[in-house]
Amino acid sequence: MSITYLEAIREAQTRALQENPDVFIYGQDIAGFGGAFKATKHLARDFPGRVLDSPISEDAMMGFAIGAAIEGMRPIVEMQFADFSSIAFNQIINQAATHYWRTGIPCPLVVRLPSGGTAGSGPFHSQSMESLYAHYPGLIVLTPATVGDAYWMLLEAIEINDPVIFCEHKFLYYHLKAGALPTVEERLPIGKARITRHGKHASVVTYSAMVHEALRAADELARLGYEIEVVDLRSIKPLDTDTVLASVARTGRLLVVGEAFPYGGVTAEVIARVTAEGFHLLDAPPKRLNARDTPIPYHPNLWAAHRPTAATITEALRELLGF
Amino acid sequence: MTSAPVALPGLPDGITAGRFLEGFHFMLLARTLEDKIAALYHSGKITGGVYLGRGQEAFSAALAVCLRQGHDIFAPLIRDQAGRMAFGEDILDTARTYLGSVKGPMKGRDGNIHRGRPDKGMPAMISHLGAMISVVCGMLKARQFRGISDTVGATCIGDGGTSTGAFHEALNLAAVEKLPLVVAIANNQFAYSTATDRQYACKDLVDRAIGYGAEGYSVDGTDLAACLAVFDKAVTRARTGHGPQMVVGNLLRLCGHGAHDDGSYIPETIKSTPLGQDCLKLARQKMIDHRWATHSELEAMEAAAAEAVQQAVAQAQRDPAPDPAAETWQPLASRWLLETDHPTT
Ligand SMILES: Cc1ncc(C[n+]2csc(CCOP(=O)(O)OP(=O)(O)O)c2C)c(N)n1
Repeated sequence: MSITYLEAIREAQTRALQENPDVFIYGQDIAGFGGAFKATKHLARDFPGRVLDSPISEDAMMGFAIGAAIEGMRPIVEMQFADFSSIAFNQIINQAATHYWRTGIPCPLVVRLPSGGTAGSGPFHSQSMESLYAHYPGLIVLTPATVGDAYWMLLEAIEINDPVIFCEHKFLYYHLKAGALPTVEERLPIGKARITRHGKHASVVTYSAMVHEALRAADELARLGYEIEVVDLRSIKPLDTDTVLASVARTGRLLVVGEAFPYGGVTAEVIARVTAEGFHLLDAPPKRLNARDTPIPYHPNLWAAHRPTAATITEALRELLGF
Repeated sequence: MTSAPVALPGLPDGITAGRFLEGFHFMLLARTLEDKIAALYHSGKITGGVYLGRGQEAFSAALAVCLRQGHDIFAPLIRDQAGRMAFGEDILDTARTYLGSVKGPMKGRDGNIHRGRPDKGMPAMISHLGAMISVVCGMLKARQFRGISDTVGATCIGDGGTSTGAFHEALNLAAVEKLPLVVAIANNQFAYSTATDRQYACKDLVDRAIGYGAEGYSVDGTDLAACLAVFDKAVTRARTGHGPQMVVGNLLRLCGHGAHDDGSYIPETIKSTPLGQDCLKLARQKMIDHRWATHSELEAMEAAAAEAVQQAVAQAQRDPAPDPAAETWQPLASRWLLETDHPTT
């Protein structure tokens, strides 16, 4: 048996709907149609009245979920694409994120954001918005890179008593498969980064789809005798600084890779933390690699040259190793 | 208080003099409190904004006295001191929030009108206009999920707030879900300094109701009896499954946008129209005219309101202010997910 990243997300939602009567799912085209990516296929049939089609109203969808959450429900909102959550930005950062702080009443909800680029998707169906949301206090921001994490982190997110931004990568939906889901004992809790590959010459700290590009780069460099450590952050906020620092302590060299735009953001945050708290651990200036500072291009040729890939990560690592 | 019979001249069908008196009581209390809050602001005792509901008390109070406390939902906005009180908000909650007491519902983390008690059915507004309507929709849906079908959710907004995308999205959503929502639009002719001709181009805001699939009503917002009648109907219609209700109250903001603003841009020509009448004075006069209360009874009510306000303000002023060292600085309910052990966070 094998299971894809997308199926894991569907399975997690199925289980949550089964086990918790307070869970419901709200989003565009998610009921009978099963969602633009089929992440909710058959769920409306199996859980009547609990998987609801919404109008194309991201602001109101979020407000609706927030209202239900503060009454004790556990809504999951599916944004059709992460990019459209910009319309819900106000409700997410000003209403959901401030609610517990202002009133003492928790706002437990999950916003699923189909994120990241795929060939041909262009400027408005490719964005990675984790850094924007992580900027605001009161939100948890998750970026699963594996099938097992997609499953367990989503289930855990639904149980968390705070608003969770769940960034699932569209490129991984169908491409990424696992033999089986990890058991509950094997799962890593939210807030812990994972050393996906052990190494001693340099650390690549990354998350989401870029974990897989980094692993390919590490394979490439292994042929030249370098052992590259790959750290999968899994959770952007909270960010597991301890695991990152421990990795840098082992390797002395740091490359941080993200698919989002370069200004500010996760890669800058990781480097800021490592230089502030682990400057003495570094044998070379830390490097970062992001998408280019332009909108995300449509054409596959341009797109491939816009975001980091195994080839550009390899190149950046060579420079870092040569310092 | 003179006990009044059920149907009286001067009152629409179904509205008792008792209801009218109840509405008047909260209007008076709100006006008295807000006059005090404004005075405190002008003497430098309040930090931050002060937004008054002067001229809107009848519209606001009438809505809330038609709701069931502890059962319905009421999401007030900027100018709903009267409605808040009629829905059961403690006068101390207002005083403490304005005066920055740590004992207030917002503990000094938020101030002035940005207060509420969501667990008592009164969400705490955020500033962003239009944003509370969909929240009330979600609260109503949650009640329905729990098998409670007769909760009504009411919320308020101004003429300016109707121009937001959030307003449009939420009303449309409410109608699609056929939710028992009542939206009270206080058309006070100005949004801060902007007159309605720069805000919308439809003939009357109530015409929007049909476009959403909501039921719409227009009312003289200076007339307490008329407001009670229209909200009584709208709340009943919502509660009995007729979907969202939109009530537009026509009135005038009898003050600046906030206590910092003298409202000098409001022309005399509009102040002297019926819109510019003071709803509190009109209601008081009506009670005298119809002999529902005597002068001395009304004076006693006024004295009691002043005393209640005085006590609440004095209490809030005695309260401790928030202490940065005692503040948790924790914005998450999930404590274990807070990053507290790194100097950079
Ligand atoms: C989305 C948004 N934009 C701007 C503001 C700033 N603002 C606060 S109140 C106000 C005017 C509101 O006018 P209206 O909705 O008519 O209500 P009123 O103040 O007249 O009661 C403005 C512009 C805001 N709070 N929210």
